[in-house]
Amino acid sequence: MTILLDAPWAVWTVVLPLAAAILTFLAPRYAAHLSVATGLGVMLSAAGLAWQVVRQGPQRYSIGGWGAPLGIDLYADGLSVLMLLMTATVEVATSLYAAAYLSPAADGEGQAVGYRMQARVYFWPLWMFLWTALNALFLSADLFNLYVTLELLGLSAVALVALAGQSAALVAAMRYLLVSLLGSLSYLLGVALVYATYGSLDLVSLGQVISPSPMTWAAMALMTAGLVLKTALFPMHFWLPPAHANAPAPVSAILSALVVKASFYLLLRLWFEVFATAVTPLAAQFLGGLGAAAILWGSFQALLAPRLKLLVAYSTVAQLGYLFLVFPLAQTAATAFVSWSAAAYLMVSHACAKAAMFLVAGTVLHAAGHDRVGNLDGIWHRLPVSVFAFALAGVSIMGLPPSGGFVAKWMLLNAALTGGHWWWLAVIVVGGLLSAGYIFRVLSCAFAQRQEPAGHELAPVPRLMEASALFLSLVAIALGVIASQPLTLLRIGAPANLGVLAGTVP
Amino acid sequence: MNWGFWLPLVILLTSLVPGIFIFLLREESHVLRTVVNLGSATANLLLVLALIWGVQEGRIYETRFVFLPGVDLVLNADALSVLFVTLSSVLWFLTTVYAVGYLEGSPNRSRFFGFFSLCVSATIGIALAGNLITFLLFYEMLTLSTYPLVVHRGTEAALRAGRTYLAYTLAGGAIFLIAVAWLRSLAGPLDFTETGLLAGRTDLSQGTLIVIFTLLIGGLGVKAAIVPLHGWLPKAMVAPAPVTALLHAVAVVKAGAFGIVRVVYDVFGIEYSAQLGVTLPLAIVAAVTIIYGSARALFQDDLKRRLAYSTVSQVSYIVLGVAIVGPIATIGGMVHLVHQGLMKITLFFCAGNLAETLGIHKISQMDGAARRMPWTMAAFTLGALGMIGVPPFAGFVSKWYIGTGAMAAGQDWVVLVLAASSLLNAAYFLPIVYAVWFKESKGAGPEERPRGRLETHWMMLLPPLVTALLVLGVGLLANAPFSPLEWTRLIAEREYGR
Repeated sequence: MTILLDAPWAVWTVVLPLAAAILTFLAPRYAAHLSVATGLGVMLSAAGLAWQVVRQGPQRYSIGGWGAPLGIDLYADGLSVLMLLMTATVEVATSLYAAAYLSPAADGEGQAVGYRMQARVYFWPLWMFLWTALNALFLSADLFNLYVTLELLGLSAVALVALAGQSAALVAAMRYLLVSLLGSLSYLLGVALVYATYGSLDLVSLGQVISPSPMTWAAMALMTAGLVLKTALFPMHFWLPPAHANAPAPVSAILSALVVKASFYLLLRLWFEVFATAVTPLAAQFLGGLGAAAILWGSFQALLAPRLKLLVAYSTVAQLGYLFLVFPLAQTAATAFVSWSAAAYLMVSHACAKAAMFLVAGTVLHAAGHDRVGNLDGIWHRLPVSVFAFALAGVSIMGLPPSGGFVAKWMLLNAALTGGHWWWLAVIVVGGLLSAGYIFRVLSCAFAQRQEPAGHELAPVPRLMEASALFLSLVAIALGVIASQPLTLLRIGAPANLGVLAGTVP
Repeated sequence: MNWGFWLPLVILLTSLVPGIFIFLLREESHVLRTVVNLGSATANLLLVLALIWGVQEGRIYETRFVFLPGVDLVLNADALSVLFVTLSSVLWFLTTVYAVGYLEGSPNRSRFFGFFSLCVSATIGIALAGNLITFLLFYEMLTLSTYPLVVHRGTEAALRAGRTYLAYTLAGGAIFLIAVAWLRSLAGPLDFTETGLLAGRTDLSQGTLIVIFTLLIGGLGVKAAIVPLHGWLPKAMVAPAPVTALLHAVAVVKAGAFGIVRVVYDVFGIEYSAQLGVTLPLAIVAAVTIIYGSARALFQDDLKRRLAYSTVSQVSYIVLGVAIVGPIATIGGMVHLVHQGLMKITLFFCAGNLAETLGIHKISQMDGAARRMPWTMAAFTLGALGMIGVPPFAGFVSKWYIGTGAMAAGQDWVVLVLAASSLLNAAYFLPIVYAVWFKESKGAGPEERPRGRLETHWMMLLPPLVTALLVLGVGLLANAPFSPLEWTRLIAEREYGR
């Protein structure tokens, strides 16, 4: 047991997908099998790391034995472990989906996106690079390493979007590339300012020395602006809907579920750990205001979206807005920890639910050859499992019980009520009703039975595609039932200034 | 096995697990599906009988899990939950029998019965919920699991009704959610307590509590179809007959009414509510709803719409009984929870039989219907007489207790409301009864379908007969042990802390 408890699990979560990225490039024939096997390996490593963190508290590994100022450190606390587990769950399910989606057997006549052999060759290595970047980002403990992982993440994501190959996807990918580079650049400038002022890049030691000063605020503004652009917060969301809606289905799923979460995770770390002493209430209110605008604008666009994938993408814009409510809500000491955990929990439940929705959208596009929301009538008869998965994921997105989305929203509501923030309360509730509007818009079409049957036949759908979406939506529901364990995990190593011990989660 | 801990959960799971299993069945496996349906409904019924016996013996049943730090999920069996869970499980069994006959040969049955079971699980969860947060979870689950049943036929009208239903219930749910979260942040854990969990709390501002009370009742009033929040109910008529029957008798509408009972008695406490001055406005709203529903029912020619408006009116008897501060009226209101369920489900079953067998949807087509469907129309007549409040049927018992209770509490105006409503009830039910028995039939029904020796499928004939006999039985044997009336006396004693 002690061998297992002492194993460097954190290192494995980064090394395994990196090795798989190289191997899948060298042996494309076995790429899908290799990737799924790697997925299970990473899942086990993440679980091992979670066990270590639960048993022994936050973990720190120095790669190669070099210490903090020189070498690369990996650091894992409750939040990073939760992110790793979220990534592993979504990645394994979407990998299974992708294996079926990309297999030659799935090339039906009705398939809208024709995959060339080339796409199949490059997909898996890029996919594994993306996963490496995500895991490394969640485990990095200094600002420059975070920059490197952020850049690697952005580049592999852009390449995956471009794999769809149509002109719309290429345009979207180009725009995504520019936005991603601009965001990273802005972040890097901020890092440079911090280094010039404080002479350190380590998150923990920075957190102890940073004081409010114009230089700190400038650095913070630059880093925040870059990350907000990458997280697609309204009004910087313009790049997200085309990129997420035109990518291949499994790619859309992880873009919405994981990639945008990575930059938000970094924002959480910066605002609550590194710059905690320099945060001004006005800045927090400003981010919250943008978040509220994102909720309303994204939901309205989703209500109007003509295509299913676009609808789901706009729903992501709206749901990301919820995450930003954490900044104003956490300003009151009594509600700080509740709102912080709510944001982390919303990230996880949204990841599972949104990935399931994109997978279903991809399945529908594959089967019907189109994804026009108005023409989905009777889709229930052909794809009952997929519609069911969409509905379950929808329950979580709407924030209705029992689901992870409900738990997160309940905590946000409590934070808003305890702090007396009536304005945020109204936003949370109205956003929930609007999301019900667009989700039932889809479901109502799926239940419809017009007199004349739709003129076209649906292409056969591999079972694995439907099953993996269902699995993710069930996880989103299960998160509403077993919420107390993940929430306890989050307490481990949570920023001390949140008053972890003082406040209980209602 | 520790039954005191597990029994409430097992009762919930006997409908939830089969529901999920039914989704997995192929459309063609009729026999297996029917066996699973009826088997789980029977098992549920037996477990509920065990529960009644245990509660009568004074045993305590409580399932408690930690949901979030500081928030528990609680299922427990107090006298009030036993009343509602028994009603749910008896009517679920009968409605399942009815639905199997009704849907014979129609498409999407696995989906239908799957959601049907989920809907019943949500109702059972509502009945057994031991705190306001658990109640909220199942209340929202009920909203969601009912939607696919309302739009089951997939027609344009059904989808429109589904949209209206969602607009009302989700908005109501959101208001309810705010109120629960608000109360939770002020008053801590919201475990239901006989005589009221807020009673005796002097640290909370009365003004805030009145606002929260209004929000809670507003959220619940949507499902209970209190005027002006009733608009969705007449539209939801497009759903298949077993769905409307269950919707009106126990699932959705009753869940709202039951929630109001819980809020008034077990959250605020009846005496504290009276102190806050919220009971009289609630009684007035209920009285307006009673009169308005009856008046609207008078002018409907569509049978199901007339019954729907009748539900709007009848469910508010429960609210009225609850809002009059006095133990006798309490008994009347709560016993109506059961009585209205039995009467209304009988009427809807009969309406479904008429529509399926004779193709009759309108009251003007019903002349002489009793000659072709004597058993169905006999059941209908019993239900209608009960609704009017003719002794010795169920409705009379409820009205008698509400009326005398109001007099005892010094609220004489309620008697006028009851009298007016009874007159209106008679005015919209008696002509139907007269027409079906005494008028000459105008030829065959619009879409008559011969069903062999019996007047209709036996699975559709048996349930209304059973419920009609129950309507008669609970009235005649109102004083027998274990009758709904006796049980509500027990509840009233505990709620008034005597």
